Amino acid sequence: MVPLSYYLILGAVLFGLSVAGIFLNRKNIIILLMSIELMLLAVNMNFVAFSHYLGDTAGQVFVFFILTVAAAEAAIGLAILVVLFRNWRTINVNDLDSMKG
Amino acid sequence: MSDYMTALPEIFLLSMACVVLTVDLFLKDSQRNITYLLSQVSLGLTLLLTLAYQPHGTQLAFNGTFISDLMSVVLKCFVYVVTMGVLLYSRRYLQDRGMFKGEYYVLGLFGVLGMMIMISAYSMLSLYLGLELMSLSMYAMVAFCRNSKRASEAAMKYFVLGALASGILLYGMSIIYGMTGSLNIIEISRSLAEQGSSVGVLLGLAFIVVGLAFKLGAVPFHMWIPDVYHGAPTAVTLYIASAPKIAAFAMTMRLLVEGLGSLQADWQTMLMVLAVLSLGLGNIVAIAQSSIKRMLAYSTISHVGFLLLGILAGTGEGYAASMFYALTYALMALGGFGMILFLSRKGFEAEELDDFKGLNERSPWFAFMMLIILFSMAGIPPTVGFYAKLSVLTAVVNVDLIWLATVAVIFSVIGAFYYLRAVKMMYFDAAEDQSELQPCLSFRFALSANGLTVLALGLFPAGLMALCAAALNG
Repeated sequence: MVPLSYYLILGAVLFGLSVAGIFLNRKNIIILLMSIELMLLAVNMNFVAFSHYLGDTAGQVFVFFILTVAAAEAAIGLAILVVLFRNWRTINVNDLDSMKG
Repeated sequence: MSDYMTALPEIFLLSMACVVLTVDLFLKDSQRNITYLLSQVSLGLTLLLTLAYQPHGTQLAFNGTFISDLMSVVLKCFVYVVTMGVLLYSRRYLQDRGMFKGEYYVLGLFGVLGMMIMISAYSMLSLYLGLELMSLSMYAMVAFCRNSKRASEAAMKYFVLGALASGILLYGMSIIYGMTGSLNIIEISRSLAEQGSSVGVLLGLAFIVVGLAFKLGAVPFHMWIPDVYHGAPTAVTLYIASAPKIAAFAMTMRLLVEGLGSLQADWQTMLMVLAVLSLGLGNIVAIAQSSIKRMLAYSTISHVGFLLLGILAGTGEGYAASMFYALTYALMALGGFGMILFLSRKGFEAEELDDFKGLNERSPWFAFMMLIILFSMAGIPPTVGFYAKLSVLTAVVNVDLIWLATVAVIFSVIGAFYYLRAVKMMYFDAAEDQSELQPCLSFRFALSANGLTVLALGLFPAGLMALCAAALNG
């Protein structure tokens, strides 16, 4: 049987990748949205692993809700992206700097 | 009471939001007032339901995932009242700009529903769902003015950082779930009291504190606040700046104090860092702003610092002071951003500090209202802001953190400068723009009531303070 720590390490690595993806990526907003999805999946990995290990189903129920919310979030994120592209004609993160101070 | 009766206000508001959504589809643009009135009536009835069915003592429902107690009733009532004020203030602004659409009201009502769920959540699952319902509504509202470059940039920044904050918060929750074996706030606190702190629990705590700091807008997780407040249409800024602060306070109380209360020594230090940085950066950077929306955004950051001071004191007195602060701050923010809407008109935003020059010549009464609100934000007696700051500082001094109280006082003195500069502009500078103020009677009346409430609560704070103390210690 695979020990719990392997799953937690996988979750932590995925989480780290997604945070790095958000902060290091300076080119493309779509990659930002993908990183956000990856972050939620890393959390799901943690929940499922703990839930199985503890023999408690609440964690798996939480995962279903996170998946649903992630879908809603992606819908809103992409809608904002479309509005942004119509106004700016670009989806480059570096170009979005009209407000300073 | 059955489970459904406990959640009656939420269920009612959900149904009403759906009714508003459907009714709005069949209305012509000229009939949009019906949507507006229906939203106001829904909030009013929800307020009555909340008061009529308030629980005796604490009431748990839905297998302990939902709680109704005095704290939730008080916070929810303030959320309704503040949101009704927001809808009233923003109506003319939206009409003038062709944004008087049903979406604003439907999203606003769903946002309020999210706040209610956050306030009443007693499990990490319901807390997360309430938070997301509120945040998703607010992301869409910021992007609501579709052809504005600035608004779409603000919405994207808000969305990415908000989603990042939710992700971090969730990661913390997953670790706490693994360590305690439950999602329920009460089970978590029981389990943590038995096992004490460990590396795993502290890791979970750190992620949760970072997630909360993002949502509250505490430094160093504040970068979204100025851009979002500045970029969003003022009517939406008003919504985002006022009632959600109350919900964020409730979330912090439920998670940190009720759930992770046994780790108080650990989160106290973290909150101390956040509070000192927020007070410092918020007050100092606000001085350099020429846009009043950005100035008030930085002022929000410094007020969040004060809010955290009360919570980190870790006593019933501190929590009550913090709750008082959150409630009164929502009223002040409502008045402050309301004033910007008051001065704006078709084709003119009144976003710059210079637009407030000579307000006293144009309208002495509303210059006085703005004076009260700015004095209250600065913490000058006899306004309510003074009493809110005083009670937070008393709580901090009573737990022997005198250095922290000193730092807070020094930074509020620095902060008083930019509030007083705005007051000086209103009273001693010549008006650049002499046009007539246009708002209708109901707006004038509500804004006056708003300003006078801030003054009256400062003169007679004992009632609300006693209510906050009873809510947290009952």
